[in-house]
Amino acid sequence: MLCQNCSKREATTHIKRIVNGETTENHLCEECARKLGYDDFFDDFSLSIPNIFSSFFKDSAFALASSKTERCEKCSSTFDDIVRTGMVGCADCYEKFYDRLFPSIQRIHGRTKHVGRVPYTEVPDEKKQPQKKKELSTEEKIAKLQEDMQKAVECQNFEQAAVIRDEIKKLKGE
Amino acid sequence: MKWYENKGEHSDVVLSTRVRLARNLKDYPFPARLSTAEKEKVNEAMRDIFLSAECGKNLSYTEMKTLSTFEAVSLAEKHLISPEFASDPRGRALLLSEDEDVSIMLCEEDHARIQVILPGLALKEGYEKASEYDRVLEEKAAVAFDKNLGYLTQCPTNLGTGMRASVMLHLPALAENRVISRLAATVAKLGLTLRSVYGNTSRSVGALFQLSNQVTLGISEEAAVQNLNAIALQIAEQETQARQALLKDDAFIDRIWRAYGILTSAHMISCDEFCDLLSLVRLGAAQGIVDLPLETLSRLLIEMQPATINVTQGESLSQRERDVIRAKSVKETLSRK
Repeated sequence: MLCQNCSKREATTHIKRIVNGETTENHLCEECARKLGYDDFFDDFSLSIPNIFSSFFKDSAFALASSKTERCEKCSSTFDDIVRTGMVGCADCYEKFYDRLFPSIQRIHGRTKHVGRVPYTEVPDEKKQPQKKKELSTEEKIAKLQEDMQKAVECQNFEQAAVIRDEIKKLKGE
Repeated sequence: MKWYENKGEHSDVVLSTRVRLARNLKDYPFPARLSTAEKEKVNEAMRDIFLSAECGKNLSYTEMKTLSTFEAVSLAEKHLISPEFASDPRGRALLLSEDEDVSIMLCEEDHARIQVILPGLALKEGYEKASEYDRVLEEKAAVAFDKNLGYLTQCPTNLGTGMRASVMLHLPALAENRVISRLAATVAKLGLTLRSVYGNTSRSVGALFQLSNQVTLGISEEAAVQNLNAIALQIAEQETQARQALLKDDAFIDRIWRAYGILTSAHMISCDEFCDLLSLVRLGAAQGIVDLPLETLSRLLIEMQPATINVTQGESLSQRERDVIRAKSVKETLSRK
């Protein structure tokens, strides 16, 4: 099998990563493995993340299909720039190149849907103030109480009706 | 409170807890695509946001270019900034609290890296404190966020919560038993990373290791923190058991006292040798063999790092001169108790 990174030399290093049950496998030649920071893996367990990340991009069929002319309107990065540096240009790049970034993001995290904290500004309005009722005007309160009183009378619950009547009187200032 | 001058929960194994949030402003490209002048603009905007907040009252703002290289590296030695941040001052600034528990790196890999560092195991407190500053930022600025990808960061490895939480563990007994690499492989399966704090690829120095969460997307902050906390406690338990087994051996207790002997009598000592010997003495102190407070040892560990010595004792000192000063300070501190 040829190295997945350079496609030139025989792959001698087999790297298997399991993150959250998602398995990714890479077959690399010795030189590429060293270049990507795998040679010292067993010594201090350090992985050079940007390098691996950009190598993930290079493996990706999406990277091959990337068009050089397509640029992010905001920061003018191309997808190739992102692949080369392992760094995304700006917030808009994630939207612009979402389809092409997606497979790599999935490989890094195993999941693709954020479930944590959401900024205050992104919280939908109805959730911001949970059931905070609008303050009723006095007339509206009286109308509602009269309705309640009527119901109480209908149910022959005269004691409750009397309590509500007193409340209405209080509201009317009588 | 400075993390290296105090002790906290499980301080016999856990030296410190760090929680870091990566945040970016929606309207600016990420730092790698900004010029130095543009970075300075972002830094000033961040400065104004944080300094005007109630919880920002005790923060001070420093442009990294105003610090000497030693001062910058010393901040990294105290784990208040990343070594990468110290390596290049251009277009970078730091907000640091008086107690050094909160540090906000501006225009490192992201526009803002909010970091809280506390002594001992304190993940929940660390996260809550970092969130306070996070709220300040989001109330006053548009933060880069996507409902699917979470907080948007320059490197996709931080997408989602943008949170990296870590604990610094002292694992001399597990290192002695040579089980660290197996442990690292095990925690990797759980989405965590274990790496040595000091030393190079071939050997860890001082038996200090950092355990941190690797996955940030698809897991909530609370779950990530709980997960890390549970694993840290398990490792601490394993370390404690391994220590008790080791201390049944008189030859090992002898090594602790010999380490103490060198630290209290050497005329000069390199940083690596110091870290390794201090590790043994710290183990002895944690297990009640050597009568020394753990916080004294934490403070010594940080204050005796090379750049920190240069900052406090003179920037022109050579390595040799530092080694003499280090031996003298260690001797004084340990014999004073």
